[in-house]
Amino acid sequence: MGKPVVSMKNVTYAYEDKIVLDHINFEIPQGSLMGLTGPNGGGKTTLIKLLLGILKPDEGTINIYEEPVSKFKGRSKIGFVSQKANSFNRGFPATVFEVVSTGLTAKIGYFKFMNKKHKEKILHAIDQVGMSEYTYQNIGNLSGGQQQRVFIARALVSDPELLILDEPTVGIDYENVRRFYDLLHQLHEKRNITLLLVTHDTGIMTEHATDIVCLNKTLHFHGKPEEYHSLSEKELSNFYGYPVHVVEHNH
Amino acid sequence: MLADFFQYDFLRYTFLTGLLIGIIAPLLGTFIVVRRLSLIADALSHVTLAGISFGLMLEKLLVISFSPLLGGMIFSVIGSILIERLRSVYKAYQEIAIPIILSGGVGLSVIFIALANGFNNDLFNYLFGSVSAVSRSDFLMIVTISIFVVFMVTIFYKELFTLSFDEEHATVSGLHSKTIHLLFIVLTALVIAASIRIVGVLLVSALMTLPVAAAMRIAKGFKQMIGLSILFGELAIIIGLISGYYLNIPPGGTIVMVSILILLISIGMKRLKFFKAVKAREIK
Repeated sequence: MGKPVVSMKNVTYAYEDKIVLDHINFEIPQGSLMGLTGPNGGGKTTLIKLLLGILKPDEGTINIYEEPVSKFKGRSKIGFVSQKANSFNRGFPATVFEVVSTGLTAKIGYFKFMNKKHKEKILHAIDQVGMSEYTYQNIGNLSGGQQQRVFIARALVSDPELLILDEPTVGIDYENVRRFYDLLHQLHEKRNITLLLVTHDTGIMTEHATDIVCLNKTLHFHGKPEEYHSLSEKELSNFYGYPVHVVEHNH
Repeated sequence: MLADFFQYDFLRYTFLTGLLIGIIAPLLGTFIVVRRLSLIADALSHVTLAGISFGLMLEKLLVISFSPLLGGMIFSVIGSILIERLRSVYKAYQEIAIPIILSGGVGLSVIFIALANGFNNDLFNYLFGSVSAVSRSDFLMIVTISIFVVFMVTIFYKELFTLSFDEEHATVSGLHSKTIHLLFIVLTALVIAASIRIVGVLLVSALMTLPVAAAMRIAKGFKQMIGLSILFGELAIIIGLISGYYLNIPPGGTIVMVSILILLISIGMKRLKFFKAVKAREIK
């Protein structure tokens, strides 16, 4: 494991006077596939927004590649697939190619046009997520799982070193969730991308993650999947705030 | 039938102006529709009316030559910036900016009209459009606006598209969303001011949205939608202008009705396609 891609020190954030994150400390080591989990309202999405600079912490510091988020210039190093990707305007008339191309806009920069090289990059990203045959199809005509792949392609097209996925599998059927994790696995192994995956579905996530973080206002757990599995149901229930039963996924 | 349009200078200006706004109105309209901002066009057109009335009032009271169109353009651009300010003040109720600006525009217009001692024929032309009202200086101003708008949309196409598709993602990826959005609104204001001579204040938003609504039913992608919108817009303007001229009806009315016809045809075509697909499947 290399130096940390992200490091959070003493980060606190409150909406009005409701504290959502309370003195959070953690690092995402380079090359890890970190699973971030926790109950609803536990501050997962807030944490992501802080990381991306959409929100500013009330206290503490957040560094990305050892630079404060607010001053971080290499935005294209970060790929982001938001929760909203599942609920975008389905009537929007755009082809898969056009949607993926938006991932390059900021990287190409102002006053510059897309060239052949960029187009190849876009096609490559679409190919990587296995959507080549739909390149010029309208995004609205695709299934939820297929759209998800397109959004991942959009995040990949700028060659990110860190890919953040916020609840990417909500509303997607089991078969596609499996394919999705296979894809993540491939990206992680082959391209050595650091991944931060926010999800409820700890079962399948723990099979793939190298590190797991559990968040419910404070950091409740930070460790390896083996350690996570050894947590008792009681400890998990304490952390989630309601009874948790560990269910084995059968594959 | 077209001969008149090439014979008389004023008709030629009208015709060429029509062709220009047939490009820029649907071009900007495509972004307006997909961003669900259709009503902003309406609000801005009413602010433009205030500017035009202001210009007419100055002309009448001070007996100076002042281009009402220039007045309209200035008011429209100021209105667009005000709408953005209001939208950021009422973050949770952004649409409230529209009635505020719209009624403000009409209110000001009424005051200016009253101060100028009432309606005149000119104002009627601004409300519903006219085939004979485009002067040489209007024409030159509209040419300049059109070139500027097309140039800016070409330069900033990828940013405008990215912002329209997913504003949050655009911001996170490092785009200056607010600046680009402001640029977009100002361009919209300019297009509205330019279009008013032909289609009129009350119908200008129709020219920005109806061709797009028709294209949306058919287009596979965004660029294709822009192309189709412009095609439909041009079609509506050419047919609308010529028929308006020969029937002696303000072209705003005929252009909008042709646009609605095109819209109905595109809806019908899609239905037909759908039924054909269902039948084909049944036969299989």
